[in-house]
Amino acid sequence: MSIRIPPVAARGLALGLPALPTVLAVATTVVLFSVFLWAREIPVLEAGALIYQGAFGSTFSWENTLLRAAPLMLTALCVALPARAGLIIIGGEGALVLGGLAAAVTPLWLPALPASLMWVAMAAAAMAVGGFWIGLSGWMRQRRGVNETIGSLLLSYIALAVFRHLVEGPLRDPASLNKPSTAPLPDAYSVGVISDTFYVHWGLVAGVVVCLLAHVLVRHSVSGFAFSIVGGNVRAARMLGLPVNRLVLVTCALGGAAAGLAGMFEVAAVQGSANAALIAGYGTSGILVAFAARHNPLAIIVCAILLGGVEASGSLLQRRLGLPDATTLILEGVLFVNLLAWEALNGRVLHWRIHWRERGRAPAEGVVQHG
Amino acid sequence: MPILNRRSFIKAAGVLGASTALPVNLARAADKPVTVGFIYVGAKDDFGYNQAHAEAAAIIKGLPNVTVIEEENVPETVAVQRSMEAMIRQDGAQLIFPTSFGYFDPHVIKVARKYPEVRFAHCGGLWQKGVHPDNAGSFFGYIDEGQYLNGVVAGHMSKSKKLGFVAAKPIPQVLRNLNAFTLGARSVDPEITTTVIFTGDWSLPVKEAEAANSLIDQGCDVLTCHVDGPKVLVETAEKRGVMTCGYHASQAALAPKGYLTGAEWNWETPYRAHVMALQSGAPMNNFMRGGLKEGFVKTSPYGSAVSDAAKAAADAVKASMLKSELSIFTGPIRNNTGEVMVAEGTVLTQTDVVLERMDYLVEGVRGQI
Repeated sequence: MSIRIPPVAARGLALGLPALPTVLAVATTVVLFSVFLWAREIPVLEAGALIYQGAFGSTFSWENTLLRAAPLMLTALCVALPARAGLIIIGGEGALVLGGLAAAVTPLWLPALPASLMWVAMAAAAMAVGGFWIGLSGWMRQRRGVNETIGSLLLSYIALAVFRHLVEGPLRDPASLNKPSTAPLPDAYSVGVISDTFYVHWGLVAGVVVCLLAHVLVRHSVSGFAFSIVGGNVRAARMLGLPVNRLVLVTCALGGAAAGLAGMFEVAAVQGSANAALIAGYGTSGILVAFAARHNPLAIIVCAILLGGVEASGSLLQRRLGLPDATTLILEGVLFVNLLAWEALNGRVLHWRIHWRERGRAPAEGVVQHG
Repeated sequence: MPILNRRSFIKAAGVLGASTALPVNLARAADKPVTVGFIYVGAKDDFGYNQAHAEAAAIIKGLPNVTVIEEENVPETVAVQRSMEAMIRQDGAQLIFPTSFGYFDPHVIKVARKYPEVRFAHCGGLWQKGVHPDNAGSFFGYIDEGQYLNGVVAGHMSKSKKLGFVAAKPIPQVLRNLNAFTLGARSVDPEITTTVIFTGDWSLPVKEAEAANSLIDQGCDVLTCHVDGPKVLVETAEKRGVMTCGYHASQAALAPKGYLTGAEWNWETPYRAHVMALQSGAPMNNFMRGGLKEGFVKTSPYGSAVSDAAKAAADAVKASMLKSELSIFTGPIRNNTGEVMVAEGTVLTQTDVVLERMDYLVEGVRGQI
């Protein structure tokens, strides 16, 4: 059999192939979700139109989507970075809330500073605490042989308990009677929106920038290459003399720092203090985003926006069609199951990718003989 | 120029038909059509805090010229800010009821400043004149009156003289309910004690079930609670043959045998007041509070297990509350380590701010903060 494929198209195919499982998963989700809506006698097309309108249909919807996506980009990195080194970390929620708490108390313990300096200090505190917390999971795995998935999940529960204890006990603002919180952040230190016509706080910019930096780190740096060797084959990495333990710790610490930074923005741009409202499931949604993005930092930006859109549209679905909130959860659940199911295609995708890449490299042949 | 389509024709015909059929509606026909938004932090059918709000919202839905839009499971994050804005910008809402306590600061305040022409009626009682925007306001109910009545009924019905209370967090609102319940029970028999277990958060069903079981194992035979959804507690108690008093909404359907009575919100009263003010163009009443007398709270009908003596006693107490003759926090009141908290001769009325800072457990409560 002979196929005529121009080399440029072959190269394009090779580049686009990693997205194939995600595209198929999204397509299957659309089909399954439509069947679900149809079975419940919900107008499928109207619901679809509302989902689009609520997520991406207007500037307001875009703001809505991006605001929800901002923390997810950072919490997804908490999963994706350690995943480069072969770890499955799911405890980002704990790093987020402790990071948020650290950010909230920083201005209380520091002398008055110009806002920009204070933001740097708050971000540094949040990232240090978040990095330490996820670093613990990495350390327990490397040194004590504790499974990092279970370890990070349990540590996350501990983090939430510690957070509640501190916010409702030693760090509580006595004036916060029925909603225990830390002392409110002075207005001067609160992070505002990008502009009045684009009502999204700076956490979005931070999320995108950090994802871009993460991309450079994992794809275009020596350390990033070392991470993937550790993730690909830890024995080979050891034989090469790579400092495996340190590399694992670094990915965990960086991931935790990203989640901590998300907590800082939640405090500085949204809540104005640390309180139980920080425990909003951003860490858990980040897991979904990271898996959907195949742990690729650039894809995380896209997937976070997609998930932010789904959540934003749930609001409109409830109001216009009177659907319960669980509808959005079902959509997210179907999406996640599909992502995992289509993941099985990955081995083949790799094979096809090498195949197409080779064709892209052979411009003289034009017609390629195959099979 | 929009063409009169079938749907709007049916709507118009329906309104016309209804208004001619019901003379009441004619009087209301002058009211402006308004869109009102309700936002809940949990599920609308949680048998608890959110259901109490959703039940009242359903009544508002039935009012003429009122369109109700609702959203449930909206967390106290940027999500609630966006939901409020979406209701305003996508549905034209003129009045919003953000019903969770934690929505107010900073979310309601922020959005209210951005949309000064929209009214925000928050449930929780936090609004302060001069500090918060004038287009926002709070309403709240003195539900400790209902918990006191729960205590009176529980006090009559308990055989072990041990009551159980599952509480979310040791914050003033919760402590006030716990203390009122205990004082109500001890007004029947001073030997009665209430054992309290704090779960740590508003909605932790597994811990609530564990707490209920633990209280029953310790010999408590009437349970009540202050968590967002009393469903788990009431079901657990019913399964184990123990009596319960409800909270937030009626849980009678969950425990046909053991449900005695319950302290319920009656949010219809403040909701109606806000909607009517909006329709008639009257200024917003920024600060509204009330108890049984004002119709902000109510009690569940007595369950089948309640004895006649208990009913008579509770009815008598309720009657004196309705006449404002009884104040729950009347001195002397000691805390459970023996210190006097309210001196003899001091009567704290419901509006007293001291009650809003309550940070102790009254004598007879077993537990600590």
